[in-house]
Amino acid sequence: MSEGGLWNDAWRRLGRNRAALVAAGVLVAIVALSLLGPLAGRYAIDHVDWTLSPLASPPSLANGHWFGTDSNGRDLFARVWSGTRVSLLVAVLATVVSLVIGVAWGATAGYLGGRVDGWMMRFVDVLYALPYMFFVIILTVVFGRSLWLIFLAIGAVGWLTMARIVRGQAMALRQREFIDAAVTLGLPARRIIARHIVPNVLGTVIVYATLTIPQVILFESFLSFLGLGVQEPFTSLGRLVAEGATEMETAPWQLLVPSSVLALLLLCLNFLGDGLRDALDPRQG
Amino acid sequence: MLSYTLRRLLGVVPTFLLIVTAAFFLMRAAPGGPFDAEQTLPPEIEANLQAAYGLDQPVLVQFGRYLAGLLQGDLGPSFRMKDFTVAELIGKGLPVTLSIGMAALALALLIGVPLGLLAALRQNRWVDHAVMTLALVGMAVPNFVVAPVLALALGIHLGWLPVAGWQPGSLRHMVLPVVTLALPFIAYVARLTRGSLLEVLQSGYVRRARAKGLAPSAIVRRHALKPTLLPVVSFLGPAAAALLTGSLVVEQVFGLPGVGRYFVQGAINRDYTLVMGMVVFYAALILLLNLLVDLLYGWLDPRIRHE
Repeated sequence: MSEGGLWNDAWRRLGRNRAALVAAGVLVAIVALSLLGPLAGRYAIDHVDWTLSPLASPPSLANGHWFGTDSNGRDLFARVWSGTRVSLLVAVLATVVSLVIGVAWGATAGYLGGRVDGWMMRFVDVLYALPYMFFVIILTVVFGRSLWLIFLAIGAVGWLTMARIVRGQAMALRQREFIDAAVTLGLPARRIIARHIVPNVLGTVIVYATLTIPQVILFESFLSFLGLGVQEPFTSLGRLVAEGATEMETAPWQLLVPSSVLALLLLCLNFLGDGLRDALDPRQG
Repeated sequence: MLSYTLRRLLGVVPTFLLIVTAAFFLMRAAPGGPFDAEQTLPPEIEANLQAAYGLDQPVLVQFGRYLAGLLQGDLGPSFRMKDFTVAELIGKGLPVTLSIGMAALALALLIGVPLGLLAALRQNRWVDHAVMTLALVGMAVPNFVVAPVLALALGIHLGWLPVAGWQPGSLRHMVLPVVTLALPFIAYVARLTRGSLLEVLQSGYVRRARAKGLAPSAIVRRHALKPTLLPVVSFLGPAAAALLTGSLVVEQVFGLPGVGRYFVQGAINRDYTLVMGMVVFYAALILLLNLLVDLLYGWLDPRIRHE
């Protein structure tokens, strides 16, 4: 079957999966709002609306605070979409970092095999023994808390599963004739891994990456919720949920609005990821 | 069984040492010393402080002392909470964390396993779809969203349960934290059980039991249940680790004086010794639980201990 055939089949299967399509549509809407929302709203994220009394105002069309305001009188519509953008940004960057490390590590271990493989995977096993939340917390304690460090730290510890998956694939590929041919031609191992192993595991990598993004969002929100993640003046969905939780008795919308956006985002990403997996690899479904 | 146990035990020790070593040197690599945040001290006092905490020694000596202390259960003093050692803080928080963790795990098994069995036995009927949809939602919605929402609904609006706080022995204070913590695990256990039972029902010995004329309920009870539970048992190890992570949030939201709260406080205050001690403690706890799960697994499935 030609390459085009595989991707065409995948598209067709994805097109038949109604849940995945709806999820993709909602996702596009959320991304668009996170990029354009701050422009569409009437207020900047740090603008304090002193005309309100009390400062925390429930959602209202009349005063232009469509999602209400937080307890400092700042517009939640602007803050929620700006927070969504930060969450998405961290997720995409951290996923890329973990992909690069995971693919390189897994492909090398799987292709070289033997003792090198043993040590490399042993290392992964040891890191696996501890929840990687704890590693990220250590990293934030050691190096301080900044937006860049958070996604680096998440990416730097989030590559383990990727490495395992790619290693399994690389081990299977090593047995194939075209790799034998490359070896016979005298290509160095590094070139074989980069040109022949990595391109052939990309399908799996894409599927796993779409499932990694919601995990990272969750993870970043978790850290921000605890006060260890994104810091002022930036905000993220986790931070907004945390701030909302402290005010839920008097201003429940501060909790409910960011929580709903976060839950919707995660649900859609999971549906889409499942759909992509089924489309690209029907055997695993 | 004895040699299997010993082999497992030997596998755990190097992992633990590696984690301790990594944590120790990461902390030492941190820019700035532990006393930088305080007002500038005269050099003599700073030197005295360094000496009191053994920080004037070469790094390797410090590491050796740390390991020696570790063997006696001494994790060192907390740099920020001056009157406490790390071990004391863990000792204070552990009963709380363990009791909500255990209760959540029990709840996950008591609800998740029957739900999963039910879904598998009614495959592709509405019960199955309902359970699986609920499970997907339960896994997708994070606990730091569930926790405040539950507190808002059940605690504040309906007033059935206390919103926060902890009284030793008070079950009412445990309900919300335990339910919040258990929800994603109920979902996961249900999915796992369903998938596993469906697979077991395809196997040769189940077909044989059916051919023999056994009633479906007897087949499940007598033949299918035990092998179905194997994946659930092996999930218990990672589940314990995830429960500890989850309890960081739950303790924060519901104001419980558990280990997780000290850990998060330590991380926010950059209390090096406290964070490191906690990580070492968590690592030991998780490795221990994984070991127990491995042993349980070996006991349930003889093929594994003889491999």
